[in-house]
Amino acid sequence: MVSLLDIIGPVMVGPSSSHTAGACRIGLIARGMVGGTPEKAKVELHGSFARTGVGHGTDRAIAGGLMGFAPDDERLRESLELAGAAGLAIEFANTKLRGDHHPNTTRITVTRGTTTATVIGSSLGAGRILITEIDGYPVEITGSYPVLVIVAHDEPGIVAKVSGVLASEENNISTMRVSRRQKGGDAIHIYELDAPASPGAVQRITALPAVKVLRSIDRVA
Amino acid sequence: MYDALADAVERADADGISLGELALRTEAEAGLKTRAEIEATLQRALDVMRSAIQRGDRGDLRSVSGLVGGDAAKLRAPKGPLGGTLFTDVLAGALAVQEVNAAMGVIVAAPTAGGAGVLPGVLLGLGARNQLDDPTLIRGLAVAGLVGAVVAVRASLSGAEGGCQAETGAAAGMAAAAGVEVLGGTPEQIAHAVALTMQGTLGLVCDPLGGLVEVPCVYRNATGGAIALAGIEMALAGVRFPIPVDEVIDTMGEIGRTMDVRYRETAGGGLAATPTGRKLAKERLVELKGRRK
Repeated sequence: MVSLLDIIGPVMVGPSSSHTAGACRIGLIARGMVGGTPEKAKVELHGSFARTGVGHGTDRAIAGGLMGFAPDDERLRESLELAGAAGLAIEFANTKLRGDHHPNTTRITVTRGTTTATVIGSSLGAGRILITEIDGYPVEITGSYPVLVIVAHDEPGIVAKVSGVLASEENNISTMRVSRRQKGGDAIHIYELDAPASPGAVQRITALPAVKVLRSIDRVA
Repeated sequence: MYDALADAVERADADGISLGELALRTEAEAGLKTRAEIEATLQRALDVMRSAIQRGDRGDLRSVSGLVGGDAAKLRAPKGPLGGTLFTDVLAGALAVQEVNAAMGVIVAAPTAGGAGVLPGVLLGLGARNQLDDPTLIRGLAVAGLVGAVVAVRASLSGAEGGCQAETGAAAGMAAAAGVEVLGGTPEQIAHAVALTMQGTLGLVCDPLGGLVEVPCVYRNATGGAIALAGIEMALAGVRFPIPVDEVIDTMGEIGRTMDVRYRETAGGGLAATPTGRKLAKERLVELKGRRK
């Protein structure tokens, strides 16, 4: 269902809801995957992002998102100049991603401390985004909800354990999806929640033996 | 929200409320936000629209490529036959917001950034001329959102999918609806205003120079505002468009789906592909790439 607030909004720095606001949100999700401003970021631009991204400020918007600026933050305009002071070394390249991707797509590889993540995200128009891949796993994240990203050993009962913790901590699940690259390897769990996961839930899920990675990312839209 | 404007009109009439009030009630009933939160969000949108117009009116902005800027201010001291009327207020407001947008300033996407000038141009132009209060203007924004939501479901709000008829065309339809609402028109008059406006933007292509939201986007927001004024004027005079509004919206969607890809934001056709369009885009983009390094 379309909300009228999806139509009248977002409040954003111009010039393009898809090339600027959406790009910033993809940057915010990539930031969330390493828990803060990355020290290093490689941003690969695909399709229309590669062709007209510079004139639309797509590069500045993604850099701003990586630094935690929201789509309506006027600092987006100067984000590339501010990156140095924020400790972010960022490089851009044009690319042709393999497979079927929306014309406005970017692959962002970020490193913070010992943590690295690679995120592929598309900007669908009107500022809406869809993260389609994290570290090679197919995912679907809209950024409209707080999200819990978990990589865990693929074994029976793990979904019940995680959702059991969420239930006992009164974290309501809006949508969930589990996918894996191969049977018996690791699987990625995406839980979209009504509110950010509580500290207790984060701690208890992280403590589960099968869980290898946990990222709690707030909504970006 | 509704997926047919006719259903919304019927419901508003049955409940004896305006279409803007229906939009606010329907949004609150969806349960994502309370009525107070919805109104606060729309108030902020209104405030940002006002600031954007004030910023653009100063006339000192240049776009990222340098191709546009400074034209809104010219319309504040107009020399033409309609100078100093609501008409030039609407043109100036639409240009101002789009100039701010092109300069990476803060605007409200309504429905998109590329079409963001039309609604504030029309709504705030009417608001200033008629001394309308903010709660009234917020009902205008709500009804514009309702119309946009119907267009999103039945057709498209993306230039890459449906051409400019889906961006400034949809924005003009939304602005016409808002205008009739705040001037006290009936739900049925709103439906006719949207139909009369959007029939005038059917087939409009998206052909921006270099793919940038600058030329002709900035100017097309102003002409979109002019078409919305025509729709408002006709609808309030009692003109009825013979094709129902939902079918006009469907037609926009159908034209968009069959529109050649050159005319859908790719800069492959239209004004973007003219000799001057290509030359300007090439010069400006080369310059921009140089600046990033």
